[in-house]
Amino acid sequence: MYPENYRYTKEHEWVQLEGDIGTVGITFHAQKELGDIVYADLPKPGTLVERGKAMGSVESVKAVSEIYSPVSGQVVEVNETLAAAPEKLNQDPHGEAWLVKIKVSAPSEIDGLLSAADYQSYVGAE
Amino acid sequence: MIDFGGWEMPLQYSGIVEEHGAVRRRVGLFDVSHMGKIEIDGSEAAALVNHATTNDVSRLNAGQAQYSAMLYAHGGLVDDILVHKLADDRFFLCVNAANQGKDYAHLLEGGLGAHNRFKARIENAGARYAQLAIQGPRALDTLQKLASVPLAQIRYYWFVDGEVSGARARIARTGYTGEDGFEIYIAPEEAPRVWEEILAAGAEFGIGPCGLGARNTLRLEAKMALYGHEIHASVTPWEADLGWIVKLDKGDFIGKDALIRQRQRGVTRKLTGFEMRGRGIARDGYEVYVDGLPAGWVTSGSPSPTLNKNIGLCYLPAAQARIGQAISILVRGQLVDAVTVPTPFYKRVS
Repeated sequence: MYPENYRYTKEHEWVQLEGDIGTVGITFHAQKELGDIVYADLPKPGTLVERGKAMGSVESVKAVSEIYSPVSGQVVEVNETLAAAPEKLNQDPHGEAWLVKIKVSAPSEIDGLLSAADYQSYVGAE
Repeated sequence: MIDFGGWEMPLQYSGIVEEHGAVRRRVGLFDVSHMGKIEIDGSEAAALVNHATTNDVSRLNAGQAQYSAMLYAHGGLVDDILVHKLADDRFFLCVNAANQGKDYAHLLEGGLGAHNRFKARIENAGARYAQLAIQGPRALDTLQKLASVPLAQIRYYWFVDGEVSGARARIARTGYTGEDGFEIYIAPEEAPRVWEEILAAGAEFGIGPCGLGARNTLRLEAKMALYGHEIHASVTPWEADLGWIVKLDKGDFIGKDALIRQRQRGVTRKLTGFEMRGRGIARDGYEVYVDGLPAGWVTSGSPSPTLNKNIGLCYLPAAQARIGQAISILVRGQLVDAVTVPTPFYKRVS
């Protein structure tokens, strides 16, 4: 369910670090709790984000939920396809529906995040 | 699962949009057993109900249901309710889950009074009934397979006592979705079996179980009020666009004087429908601005799965509560354009 090479937050984001670029998304558990997602409000490229601080929001039919950045750095790319097809966040939250790519300023922050196994046990059986 | 008025209830089964679509196009099944039930009987039961509610029960025949409200003396809403007339001396009230205790106390103290001014008995009967709602264009076809009575003969807002799957059932052609459908009241111990049998009977029509999420989006499209949102103790029926359930000509009832005074003074705010023009969804409690100034608040807001728009209801000053009024909604610190529109947002073609 949860890719081994990602790291996870208790706020239900994931990050995949390749070099100094972290790709960020929401977890399968997050999309399931939110239900039908209708909007993703994402930061613009160039925005400085800070670990643990809100950087955007995801809105479903029933509720709006903040997205907290799992790492500090600068947004370098935003997944523009989500504006027209937010339902991809329900369909493929760990893949095609990534949210942003962040140029990470403190790669060691990754070590403080949950492993796939720890996140899985945190959210429990699904 | 979420806590709703002390009841553990599913917000969704397959997903709100899917469930919503099932009810609009096919048929959906809801467990609404959380709804409170109050029974009133006695030779002056009708007089008591008429004194405690805004609509006129003297217009009801046995077997007929009526949407109504209970008010405080100051005119604010205690609750919105469904009154079912079982007989001249027997009434069955379906009330909001979280309000059952409050409604019961209101009937007892405000209606019956310290001096038992009416010969009637009031009973909190919620524990004796489970309630299932079968809603959608194929609701009749689904339920008819299990019902002992011809459902097509039950008119909208009428009910009969019969059987569903061999279980004694009060079968009412009522609902909270804006679609045709039925609500059945059965013994709680029969409910799990009847639930499964309805799902099986509806399988050929594409039935699906529906949760509170779809119940909310469906009722909002049909502009049906939700207690705690459109209506509560500090709004009156005039403000909530519920004047149609107030019968001032029926004699005295609790809150009547306050309603007359408010009408004479003028009603200063009104419940109004809107749709978002800008990108954003209005949610309950968001502020509404007109010409850059705070003017009201959102009572309910959501994407509308049927209309594919973001819709909502809000209170606005009476002067601005007109169709086509440009407004804006404060969505997480940003004003987003919206415009007031006619309601209901959705009306079935029957």
